[in-house]
Amino acid sequence: MIYDVVIIGAGVSGSAIARELSKYELNTVVLEKFEDVCSGTSKANSAIVHAGFDAAEGSLMAKLNVEGNEMMGDLARDLDIPFKRNGSLVVCIHKEELPGLQVLYDRGVANGVKDLKILSREEVLAMEPNLSDDVQGALYAPTGGIICPFILNIAMAENANVNGVDFRFNTEVEGFRKEGDTWVVRTNNGEYKTRYVVNAAGVYADVLHNMVSEDKIHITPRRGDYCLLDKEMGAHVSHTIFPQPTKLGKGVLVSPTIHGNLIVGPTAIDIEDREGTATTADGINDLIAKAGMHVKNLPVGRKVITSFAGLRAHEDHHEFIIGECKDAPGFIDCSGIESPGLTSSPAIGRMVADIVVDLAKPAKKSDWVGTRTGILNPSEMSLEERNALIKEKPEYGQIICRCESISEGEILDAIHRPLGARSLDGVKRRTRAGMGRCQGGFCSPRVMEIIHRELGIPVEKVTKSGGESVIAPELSKNRKGGEA
Amino acid sequence: MQNYDIVVIGGGPAGLAAAAEAKRSGVDSILILERDHELGGILNQCIHNGFGLHTFKEELTGPEYAKRFMDQVFELGIEYKLNTMVMDITENKVVTAMNKTDGMFQIQAKAVILAMGCRERPRGALNIPGYRPAGIFSAGTAQRLVNIEGYLPGREVVILGSGDIGLIMARRMTLEGAKVKVVAELMPYSGGLKRNIVQCLDDYGIPLKLSHTVVDIEGKERVTGITIAEVGPDMKPISGTEEHYSCDTLLLSVGLLPENELSKTAGVELSTITSGPVVNDALETNVEGIFACGNVLHVHDLVDFVSQEAQNAGKNAAKYVKEGREASGRIIDIKAVDGVRYTVPCTIRPDQMDDTVTVRFRVGKVFKNSAITMYFGDEQVLKRKKQIMAPGEMEQVIIDKKKLAEFGDISDITIKIESV
Amino acid sequence: MEVRNLTCIGCPMGCQLEVTIDQGTVVSVTGNTCKRGDDYARKEVTNPTRIVTSTVPVIGGKIAMVSCKTASDIPKDKIFACMEEINQVTVAAPVKVGDVILKDICHTGVDIIATKDVDIA
Repeated sequence: MIYDVVIIGAGVSGSAIARELSKYELNTVVLEKFEDVCSGTSKANSAIVHAGFDAAEGSLMAKLNVEGNEMMGDLARDLDIPFKRNGSLVVCIHKEELPGLQVLYDRGVANGVKDLKILSREEVLAMEPNLSDDVQGALYAPTGGIICPFILNIAMAENANVNGVDFRFNTEVEGFRKEGDTWVVRTNNGEYKTRYVVNAAGVYADVLHNMVSEDKIHITPRRGDYCLLDKEMGAHVSHTIFPQPTKLGKGVLVSPTIHGNLIVGPTAIDIEDREGTATTADGINDLIAKAGMHVKNLPVGRKVITSFAGLRAHEDHHEFIIGECKDAPGFIDCSGIESPGLTSSPAIGRMVADIVVDLAKPAKKSDWVGTRTGILNPSEMSLEERNALIKEKPEYGQIICRCESISEGEILDAIHRPLGARSLDGVKRRTRAGMGRCQGGFCSPRVMEIIHRELGIPVEKVTKSGGESVIAPELSKNRKGGEA
Repeated sequence: MQNYDIVVIGGGPAGLAAAAEAKRSGVDSILILERDHELGGILNQCIHNGFGLHTFKEELTGPEYAKRFMDQVFELGIEYKLNTMVMDITENKVVTAMNKTDGMFQIQAKAVILAMGCRERPRGALNIPGYRPAGIFSAGTAQRLVNIEGYLPGREVVILGSGDIGLIMARRMTLEGAKVKVVAELMPYSGGLKRNIVQCLDDYGIPLKLSHTVVDIEGKERVTGITIAEVGPDMKPISGTEEHYSCDTLLLSVGLLPENELSKTAGVELSTITSGPVVNDALETNVEGIFACGNVLHVHDLVDFVSQEAQNAGKNAAKYVKEGREASGRIIDIKAVDGVRYTVPCTIRPDQMDDTVTVRFRVGKVFKNSAITMYFGDEQVLKRKKQIMAPGEMEQVIIDKKKLAEFGDISDITIKIESV
Repeated sequence: MEVRNLTCIGCPMGCQLEVTIDQGTVVSVTGNTCKRGDDYARKEVTNPTRIVTSTVPVIGGKIAMVSCKTASDIPKDKIFACMEEINQVTVAAPVKVGDVILKDICHTGVDIIATKDVDIA
């Protein structure tokens, strides 16, 4: 069979593209090297919907950031994605930095960012009493927001899948060849023939691009370390607090997350390893020092529940590269997608889809479904509603994750919905079970048991995140698998 | 809305002992709410022996110790609900809970006994750098997998932290066929009992490295290696002292935290030192009619003391239900200074207190040849010499009501560690 | 003459004990600060024993494993042999605390007994 489109990568870009293409009569498949969607850069970032005043005026990055930000509200509503426009603040703590705010303001206005405002020391302190005593002023961007990056990614992929897009996991692309006008994509799981290839491979996008093009590009994995703080600290600030940007990025931010934690990060360290997501002591220490400069009374040491690192796919010119490869017709790049990639993803999806549609000229589907219902959030229900739910589905009465109050019902939904979870991390990203202050200490054995029961995977083969990441690799006592 | 005189949150050793004692004290309407599928709490997975020497004058395993108290609850006909999660407690003692069969339900209690226990400090709280692969477990999670579920979490093990659970798991994993390569302890002393160091580590030739910590975790999918290094007096790793161990598992036994999220919903004031409620001699919190006992109040070393404390809480809750709040009287603060990290209780009501009140505490570091002293006001009333005191073991003093009365209107009692 | 070094387990002091043994008889114990150290050292070098605790799979039980222990302490050098025997057995539910799971483990005369009740599923 010959596909119309092979999308490489089920991150937020690949999934956004898949969803946009699912509106058309196209045979589309997404190839993902990991076991689940949202397993690379998309899973480890600031979870911020940026307003769009950072990217250079006239750049593609600026355009897609502002477009993506504008699209996010409708998308979040249609796909049931936790999202809130909490507004962001770029905070100055030195008088000399104040002119920099005007530069950002002007750039933001030129980029089309709405409602920007420069605030005095008094105004910003009134909004955020926990800012540093040294604060001099701030740029306020009310369109900035916070989002659940996992659900954004998962929801777009699920919706694409419901509308006919195939997803193949544990499928790593190894090379390409041409047979006439047809691309043959070689993978560890066989070959895929297709008319068009979309390269949304994140930190590997340059490797894939350079296999087919003489016009080489280069991506540096730029590691960012983060700390996540207990929900007790979630209201320490209500806006996303940025320092002034530097050439390495937007700097260390302090922000509430959409789920009520406080996030601090990232650092910016260029590395070689494209899967080098190990945090370092220096990185975390640097983070703690920097975060404390703009926000006071941050008990980073005591209230951290986890730290992690993500990689930005930093292209040498700090620009998104989106378009058909000049010397490889039918090969469409979507690379260099670093921050504000998450924000831009809806616009990236639309732009790449437009390119494919221009080339392939498919018909529009008449039965496309543009909405998705997410996993229930019973904590938002009244006592009566919750009781009705438990009566109908008793699993919603059995709490599995104590810290986040996640019931068996939500976990079953996460496993059985389209592109359902197959691992502990898959369940965690969909439901938050294991994401709380005990970090899965109590619930992981129970979630393993549920995965075993529902999917028939022996407990000793249940993984944290696919591959070799088995959790309890052996039965003790010469027990046979599947017993008791 | 259902009504009970006393609702006990948690059916572990504290909740069981508290409920039984409340019943024996004359309150019939008692309900225990337990989140697991059986009573007994963490004791069910503590299959090793060494429990109950103080209470029963014999060495029991955890499940056996739990059964003694479960049997009391059964014999006394105390009601309990399993697989039931308490979602919220209000200041007015409305308890909201949920399970599969009853759905979400509310109970108006006259008194509430908090007995939720504690949880383990996870890796994230330590900021250990490195990857985040499978194969990193808190010791208690590994204990559950091995002892309850019947799985072996790994074959080659490094353990960080020499708390008792870590030591017990070193032996347990060894007996199940795993190789425990080293136990690293950040502090210059172990938080575990000497007996456990000898019988869980020395017996099996497992090295204990004091003043060491984990500085790197390797392995992108499953743990493949751990690097430990010595730490200086500032607790920072000393460059050049790194040692690498290839392994597939890292167990963490790095401290327990009282689990007080529910207490907070009820407006219970918490100690910044113990992370448990601030209580008076009746083990009553700042919220009238809400009592606390066991590891939710402060992390204990021996379950025997949990049972004693819980019985006290049960008795006082029953008294409160039957007699109501006594007219407010004088309150004496107990000050923990000079090596004493905290005390439970924190205050004493000299007019309403029992004839004797046991005050439990821990010291902040290892003290040799020192004395525990107690002052009523400025006057020393106790000086008890101790050859050794260590943070891993609880200490106690007893306050006598009559003796306290002799001192009239003092405002505080001070407990400290002094040199001999 | 043989000298063995032990750590006393009597209290948190953890006295470093030096035990001198001559042909299986304890000649002297030094390093202890109380009588308990002396007693412990003599027992530990002449006849060290331990309680062994473990688990055994339950067939048809409400839970997968039942905890168990040696009914009294056994010679320390038999611990691993004891574990090997324990690892070969299963029990059928129901199980009551005190039920004998294995008789006379490793010819010690000591039984392995259940330490937990397990009902039929």
